[in-house]
Amino acid sequence: MVDVLVIGGGNAALCAALMAREAGASVLLLEAAPREWRGGNSQHTRNLRCMHDTPQDVLVDAYPEEEYWQDLLKVTGGLTDEALARLVIRESSTCRPWMRQHGVQFQPSLSGALHTARTNAFFMGGGKALVNAYYRSAEQLGVQIRYETPVQRIELDGPRFVAAWAGDERITARSCVLAAGGFESNRAWLREAWGVNERGEHPADNFLIRGTRFNMGTLLRFMIDAGADSIGEPTQAHMVAIDARAPLYDGGICTRVDCVSLGVVVNRDAERFYDEGEDFWPKRYAIWGRLVAQQPGQTAWSIIDAKAVGRFMPPVFPGVRANSLPELATALGLDPARFMETLNAYNAACRPGTFDHTKLDDCRTDGLAPPKTHWALPLDKPPFFGFALRPGITFTYLGLKTDQTAAVRFGSEPSDNLFVAGEMMAGNVLGKGYTAGVGMSIGTAFGRIAGTNAAAHATASAHKEGSRASS
Amino acid sequence: MQALEKLIQQASDEWSPVAVTVARAPLLSVPEDEAARILQICNACRYCEGFCAVFPAMTRRLEFGTADVHYLANLCHNCGACLHACQYAPPHEFAVNVPQTMASVRGRTYRLYAWPRSFASLYERNGLAVALALAGGIALFLILALAMSGNLWQASASGSFYDVLPHTLMVGIFAPVFLFAICALGIGVRRFWREAVPGPASGAALAEAGNAVATLRYLGGGHGEGCNNEDDRFSLARRHCHHATAYGFALCFLSTCVATLYHYVFRLEAPYAYTSLPTVLGTLGGIGIAVGTLGLGWLNLRRHPSQGDAAQKPMDLGFIALLLIVAVSGLALMVLRSSAAMPGLLAMHLGAVIALFLTMPYGKFVHGPLRAAALLKWAIERRQPNRVGLTDD
Repeated sequence: MVDVLVIGGGNAALCAALMAREAGASVLLLEAAPREWRGGNSQHTRNLRCMHDTPQDVLVDAYPEEEYWQDLLKVTGGLTDEALARLVIRESSTCRPWMRQHGVQFQPSLSGALHTARTNAFFMGGGKALVNAYYRSAEQLGVQIRYETPVQRIELDGPRFVAAWAGDERITARSCVLAAGGFESNRAWLREAWGVNERGEHPADNFLIRGTRFNMGTLLRFMIDAGADSIGEPTQAHMVAIDARAPLYDGGICTRVDCVSLGVVVNRDAERFYDEGEDFWPKRYAIWGRLVAQQPGQTAWSIIDAKAVGRFMPPVFPGVRANSLPELATALGLDPARFMETLNAYNAACRPGTFDHTKLDDCRTDGLAPPKTHWALPLDKPPFFGFALRPGITFTYLGLKTDQTAAVRFGSEPSDNLFVAGEMMAGNVLGKGYTAGVGMSIGTAFGRIAGTNAAAHATASAHKEGSRASS
Repeated sequence: MQALEKLIQQASDEWSPVAVTVARAPLLSVPEDEAARILQICNACRYCEGFCAVFPAMTRRLEFGTADVHYLANLCHNCGACLHACQYAPPHEFAVNVPQTMASVRGRTYRLYAWPRSFASLYERNGLAVALALAGGIALFLILALAMSGNLWQASASGSFYDVLPHTLMVGIFAPVFLFAICALGIGVRRFWREAVPGPASGAALAEAGNAVATLRYLGGGHGEGCNNEDDRFSLARRHCHHATAYGFALCFLSTCVATLYHYVFRLEAPYAYTSLPTVLGTLGGIGIAVGTLGLGWLNLRRHPSQGDAAQKPMDLGFIALLLIVAVSGLALMVLRSSAAMPGLLAMHLGAVIALFLTMPYGKFVHGPLRAAALLKWAIERRQPNRVGLTDD
C-alpha cells in the first residue's frame, strides 16, 4: 500500500505529490489524461500572482499582502474566506524557491502583459513547461505516475479515505489528496447548472471550454453526493469572452479577443449592452464571459476600425473585414439598419478628447446608454473589423469546503486522511470573479499543504501499523 | 474523386503569397505558409518569449510574409524548447510545431540563397551519400595518381608530405576550392541579407551578435540550462559539442594560416615539430572536431523526431561525417607521418578536405553564416523603435 495517493495530474496534484515525496512518503499519482494531454488546465496557465515586499528576481517593486488581499476582496465582491485567502497570499511569497528547485523557470512579464510586471511571476515557456518540470522532478524522486487512470469513486469509512476505484481496480493508500479539477469540461453538468434562461435557451450549450477536456467533475460530484461539505455556486466560474471560432476544448490563451475596449460590442440585436471602456482590459476581461453569456444566442461581436489595428494583442483568427459599417453588419449576419442605428448613436456621442490607451483617458461618450467611459473614439476609419465572441469557461468554482489544513470536511468535521487542492477547492477563496494568476497561487499553496499533511498522516499511521505488528 | 478535388482546392488555397491566417492546420502547404500560420498562433500566445530571439522578433510583426519567415527561420537555433512547452503542439488541432517548421523553411532558404543554384538541389537530395562519395572519389583519384607515380606505399624519412605531393600542387588544388567556397557562401549570405535589410549595424549590434554566435547563447534555453534533445529535459550537451566542433574547426583553420605564414614569410617548411605552433593548434583542433562531431552525431540520432525536419538528416549527418573524417585522418596523418601509410592517409585527408570545402556552400555549413547574419539582423532590429504600436493589453 502506498502512503499517499494523489488523484489528478495538474499543478496542485503535482505540488502535493512532490511535497509528500519530499517528506519521505511513497506516492502514487493518477492522471486521467494520456501523457500528451497531462497537466489539466495548468498546461494553459502562464503565471503566478505573488506577494512580495521588495523587488524579487522577475518581479518589480512590491506587492504587499494587504494590497493583494484588497485586490482579491474587490474581484470576489467579498465572496472569499479571509483566513484561507491570506494563507494563499503568504504562501505565494515563499513558494518560488521550491518551485525552482523542481525545475520551474521564471521570466519577466511577457510583452503585451507589462501591467503584471509587479504582481505576477511568469513561467518561462508557460504552464506546460511548468507541468513538464514537475513531472520530471516527480519521476526523478520516485513518485509513481499512471496516466489514463480516471477515478470514478472513493471508498470511505465515515470521513476517512479507504480506497479509490479506477474502473474495476481498487487502489488503497494511507491518505489521499483530491486534485482532479473542476467540472468545466462536463457539458451536461454545465447545461444543468445554467438551466434555461428567459428566452428559453440553454446558455451553457454555447459555452466553449478554454482548457482540458478531462475535468469532468466526476469526483467532485461523488464527494458532494457522499456528504462532503461543498462551497460555491455551480454557475460561478472564471469566464472570458473568446473568439467564437475557438475549438470546443483547449483553445487556451490565444483565443481571447483583446480589442473590446478599443471599439464597441453589440449583441445579436445589434445593440450595445455594457460599457466597453469601464476600466483597463486586464481588469475587465474576466467579466465579459458572463456578459456575453447573458446575451441572446450567447454571442456578441466586437467591432473596431482601422485605428485599433496593431494596438491590441494580435488575434489568432483574423477579423471579418469590410470597407463600410453596413457591409460589416451584413458580413457578420447582423441587421444593417439596427446596427447603423447603434453605431451612429455611438459615433455621435463620442466627445472629443485625447486618446491614450495606457491610461484612463478622457475620450468618453455623452448621453449614451450604456455609456463608454474611456477610449471612446468614433468608428469611422475603414477598413472595419468584427470578431464574434462567445463565453469561454476556464474553470468552475463549485468545490469542496476546506480549512487551513486542506482537509475535506463532512458536516464541518475534517477528515484526517483525505485532502483537497486546486480547482476542487478554489471556490473557498474565489467565490466569484478572477484576477490573473490567482488560480495557480491557490493550487500551489493548497497542493503543498495537502501533500505535506497527507504525508504526515501516512507516516504516522504507518508507524502505528508498524508498532501494532511488532507488539 | 470529390475528395481529391477538395484536397487540390485546399492546396491551392493555402498556396498564397500573403500570410496565411487560418489557425487550423492545412492539409498541404509550403513551409513558408505553414510557418506564417503557426506564427499567427504564437503571436497571440507568446508564452515562449523567454526562450530565444525568434519570439521577441515575432512580436514586432503582425503579419508574416516570406521575407519575415525566412529571417525568423534562420534566427531559430532548433533548440526544441518551444515544442515541448507548447500547449498547441500535436495532438492539439492547431498542430503547432515551430522547430520542425522552421527547419523545413531553413532547408528551403539554403537552396534559395545557394550559388550557383543547380549545385544546391543536387547536394540536398542526398547529403550523406554525396559527401561520402565525393570524399571517397577524390581520395581514390589521388591514390591512383600517387600509385602511378610510385609514391603510394613509401615512407618518407623526414615525414614530409611534399615528398609525396609537391607544395605548389597542393596550393594549386586548394586555393581555388577555398576561394570558390568563400565566394559562394558570401553570395548566399548577401542574398539573405538583401531579402530584408534591417538598416546599418552599430558597433553594439555587431558586438551583441558576435557574442551570441561565439557563446551559442540561444542554445542555452533562455535560462542557461540548455536545449532539448530526446524529450522535455534540458541539456547543455549540444552546445558543448557544437563548441568543440566549431572552435576545433577554427583552430585547424588557424593552424593552416600559421603554417602558411611559416612557409612564405619565415621560409620554414613542413613538417613541423610536435611542439610547434601549427602542429599544436592542428592537434587541439582535430581533437575538438573529432570529439564534437561524435557527440553531435550521437545527439542527432537520438533527437526527438518532432524537433527537426527528417528530410535534412542526411545533410546534417553528411556534414558531421565529413568533419569527423577530416579530423581523424588529419590526426592519424600527424602520428603516422613517418610511416609507409602516410601517402595513403594524406590522399584520404586531402580528399575529405576538398570534399568539405566543395560542399560547404551547399550543405549544413551554411547554417553558420546565415544564423550569424540573422542574429545581426535581430541585434539591429531590436535597437529600432517597434513598428507595432501595441500598447499594454
